Amino acid sequence: MGKKVAVTGVGITKQSSVRHDVNGVEIINEAVRAALEDADMNRADIDAVVIGNMDHFEGINYVEAWSIDGNGGLMKPTMKVTTGGCTGSTVAMAAYYHVASGLFNKVLAIGWEKNSESDTTGAITTAFDAIWDRPVFAGAVAGLAVEAALYMHETGATEEDAAYVAVRDRKHALNNPFAHLHINLTIKDIMDSPYLSWPVKMGDMCPRTDGACALIFSSEDVVDDFPMPPAWVVAVANRHMYTYTADADFGSIDGPYWMTSLEAASKDIYSRVGISDPLNQFDMAELYLPYSFAGVKWMEALGFTGRGGGPELLRSGATDMGGKCPVNPSGGVLSSNPIGATALLRVADAALQMQARAGARQVPDAKLALCTGFGGCYWSDMLILSKDKP
Amino acid sequence: MADWRDEVEPWVLESRIKVPYTWTAGETGSHYLLELKDNKKFWGTRCPQCKRIYHVPKRNCPECFTECTEWVELGPLGTLRDYTIMRKAEPRLHTLPVPFAYGVIFLDGSDTGFLHLLYEYEEADLAEGLRVEPVFAEERTGHILDVKYFRPAKAVS
Repeated sequence: MGKKVAVTGVGITKQSSVRHDVNGVEIINEAVRAALEDADMNRADIDAVVIGNMDHFEGINYVEAWSIDGNGGLMKPTMKVTTGGCTGSTVAMAAYYHVASGLFNKVLAIGWEKNSESDTTGAITTAFDAIWDRPVFAGAVAGLAVEAALYMHETGATEEDAAYVAVRDRKHALNNPFAHLHINLTIKDIMDSPYLSWPVKMGDMCPRTDGACALIFSSEDVVDDFPMPPAWVVAVANRHMYTYTADADFGSIDGPYWMTSLEAASKDIYSRVGISDPLNQFDMAELYLPYSFAGVKWMEALGFTGRGGGPELLRSGATDMGGKCPVNPSGGVLSSNPIGATALLRVADAALQMQARAGARQVPDAKLALCTGFGGCYWSDMLILSKDKP
Repeated sequence: MADWRDEVEPWVLESRIKVPYTWTAGETGSHYLLELKDNKKFWGTRCPQCKRIYHVPKRNCPECFTECTEWVELGPLGTLRDYTIMRKAEPRLHTLPVPFAYGVIFLDGSDTGFLHLLYEYEEADLAEGLRVEPVFAEERTGHILDVKYFRPAKAVS
């Protein structure tokens, strides 16, 4: 096995609908400088940089070069990773691979997006096949809505079940000064919000956010160089599903499946880490839930409950703050969504939890954390972080 | 037996991607563009550490990673460092008729090059070291093309 790897610095920018004070390079720089300050590092101490976003959201094709003034990678090994919504978690995994390989000691991982700069649905549509998909299908909302419709049909879950997640994550965000949305909502507020694509309503969906996040991944050989305790990466896993939309879970004649890529990735990572009862073994989870229904159905794919058990799991309070395994103490994607940074923010917040410095959103005595990334066409990334060295 | 592949007509679909963008200039870029628009002035930023003066302005020094908050007025004259002459028209991209030139210009006082357009020149005069001056647009909108182009300076200074 390679080197053990830890997160040893965290930088998160102010997030909002529009950050007019900074351009893309400058918002990246804001996150990078915050991470360097947190890690008590200079630019000279960085061995390599991994950066990611979605090209079409800002119309920038090679972000690693375009942002070099701000990303800290000037005359250093620098690479770009783009995997749709997964980008942030794939950036984290790529930084982890850099360090685990033994080739680099201190690697900067950056995710960012200025969603205010483009038409997000138009940009997302460019991820789909030009001949078969784009003329008949557009954007993220509809793709999620067909999944939600099938899940409700198969299990009897309701729109109110999903609204529970929309309310929970927004309530958690009230404890997170970095969150974009700070709104206290009720189930009725969600149910009364307008339909975007049945059964998905405005209140069920994530916002579009301008923001950036940067993390320092470090080798076990150098973790003593840093002022904060290390947040260890125990394992990573990922699975990419089909990209033609109708081949994904909800289109297969063999289905319906329960989020195939997430189920497969979790089986893989759990078997390597020794997780048989995720609900009781994880102290908290930062999950990439882009819409509320994911917070019901995907808990089943993650093995927190059996198929169809999502609604009951939620209503037991197990995923609330104070529950067995609080989900998204940060407020999650439903409260902040700078897409290329979104999945990296999951890792950032889990790291803060492992370092016991998550402030008002801290889960007491948190020792083991689950993080996920979601993107592309039902792709899944997973990372497990721990307080103790694995 | 005939192979159907021999008969098939390759089919190519024509389309285009149309996505609107609104790019934020940021505080530093906004200050620069508004000075260009309102006062026809060029400003650069100075790194407090290495003292390099950046034009176009940078909010942070990519070397030193410090914030560059000090403004220094530059130009308006500059010196040509390098150029190429465009011979083939690309009407969808070009704002000037060919032939015109792309040049890297060091505005007086700046430590970094500035990429812009050259026009109203005699080709024989184009050379490294040529003194150039900006020609401003009548209608300025807060855009890098509020300077239509640079041309050889009339009064050499």
